[in-house]
Amino acid sequence: MPEKKTDLLTIHSALDAEQPFRWSAGRYRSRFMQEIRDHKRFYGIKCPKCGKVYVPPKRVCGPCFVEMDEPVEVGPEGEIMTFTILRFSFVDPETGVAKPVPYAYGAVKFDGADTQLSHFIEYEDESKLRIGGRVRAVFQEDRKGSIKDIRAFKLIE
Amino acid sequence: MARRTAIVATGQTYHKSIRRDVNGQELINEAVVRSLEDAQLTMDDIDGVIIGNMDHFEGINYVDCWSIDGSGGYMKPTMKLTTGGTTGATLAIAGYHMVASGMFDKLLVIGWEKNSESDTTGGIITCTDPIVERPIVAGAISGLACEAQAYMHKYGATPRDAARVSVRDHKHGCNNPHAHLRLDLTIEDVLHSPVLADPLRLHDMCPRTDGACAVIFACEGIAEKITSAPAWVLATANRHMFSDYSDVVQMASLLSMVEASKELWGKLGIKEPLKKVDVIEMYQPYSWAGMMWIEDMGLCKKGEGPRLIWDGVTDMGGELPINPSGGVICTNPIGATGLIRAAEIALQIQGKADKRQVPDVQLGVSTGFGGNWWTDMIAFGKKKPA
Repeated sequence: MPEKKTDLLTIHSALDAEQPFRWSAGRYRSRFMQEIRDHKRFYGIKCPKCGKVYVPPKRVCGPCFVEMDEPVEVGPEGEIMTFTILRFSFVDPETGVAKPVPYAYGAVKFDGADTQLSHFIEYEDESKLRIGGRVRAVFQEDRKGSIKDIRAFKLIE
Repeated sequence: MARRTAIVATGQTYHKSIRRDVNGQELINEAVVRSLEDAQLTMDDIDGVIIGNMDHFEGINYVDCWSIDGSGGYMKPTMKLTTGGTTGATLAIAGYHMVASGMFDKLLVIGWEKNSESDTTGGIITCTDPIVERPIVAGAISGLACEAQAYMHKYGATPRDAARVSVRDHKHGCNNPHAHLRLDLTIEDVLHSPVLADPLRLHDMCPRTDGACAVIFACEGIAEKITSAPAWVLATANRHMFSDYSDVVQMASLLSMVEASKELWGKLGIKEPLKKVDVIEMYQPYSWAGMMWIEDMGLCKKGEGPRLIWDGVTDMGGELPINPSGGVICTNPIGATGLIRAAEIALQIQGKADKRQVPDVQLGVSTGFGGNWWTDMIAFGKKKPA
């Protein structure tokens, strides 16, 4: 059966539906989000066995496999552990819309924490972005209890 | 005691960026039919089927049910496995376990993906924690770029070093008729390709591919009747790490690879893998991993990866060729990618790798990588294990 390329179809799904998910944050991450929303503060959780402070907090330290219950305030400043500048655009599955590029993404370790939070890094001069750079969170005016209540991290001059 | 088990046959599609002429079931069928032809078996000879992909790339759940016409699983024990990027490698390990356990004699294992059917980066983002990470991460590329940046910072490796890895794999891929990309690139071509995410450029990164791979595992006693050169499984190892990307703080080193390698070399009784292993098919999704992760594998000390690459040690004709098939940088149907690594090592041991054949392979290793930085490894040998 001879065929032209135009005979072969690809069928698109619609992108106009709201996503039907309702995820539970749990106690630890609910409080993490609430502290950011209400007080612009960050808190982590300390493992009673290895002493590691996790940010964002979680209930179980995977490597030790024990429950953690000691909250620790961390930050508000931190250090860039690594970063990149995204220059290719892709469809954000959260919105169905292409992400505006370029933007910087990195891993920030708060003072007092042992893990790192992935987030956007705002910059004016990209040549100043570096591993080891000191940063501070910049918050949204209207905070809703989402990780995006942190608008980004910004280099401290 | 586990039964001795081997890969006895393999089948792959000719991998491409878009296969509009087939749907997923038909794509799977091409690989299955080729593996059966390779074994000179029919579906009636097969005891069971395991199949895997990453559901969110096609948006089809219950792939074990949906694919049954193509997979040959009609009225047979059939199940699905999905472990992210490692899916194909996990499939091979599971296939080995099922035959080695004595429960199945001849098992068909299928990995496939039609990455053209969705946005791969968008799909990968949905693997991350929906509350703290998904709104921020940019799929595999953001994490891998961050890893490369950390490696560059710590050990002084350069984009030119990475480009040398990419040139190697693309050169190797030109010898493989199944490879999706067959580009004879120069280092300058790589260094002048568009930046995706600093320091990664287009030609440092794997493509997204439509393709499928099927392999047949058989037990001792049957394996030797199917082929004169079974690729015997000698050992497997796999390591998972954390739930959150945020926990992976040791960015210039792949801890899961360090630990899985120690186990694998320990099981094989090997102290110097560079000298003992004849060929590696590595799940190397981007060029930088070709330096970092061979250090983590113990082929050299930390920071020495670039030297091995420049010395040609891992080229065809070198002491330990890596990715004779062209690897993941040339072909990446994600749910099949790890299984293709195992199939390619089986071809090397069987002496059926044609233009990409490494001479006299006695010991070969395939790896898988995926998810939150985890690692699967399998060692195959020409000689039946004791």
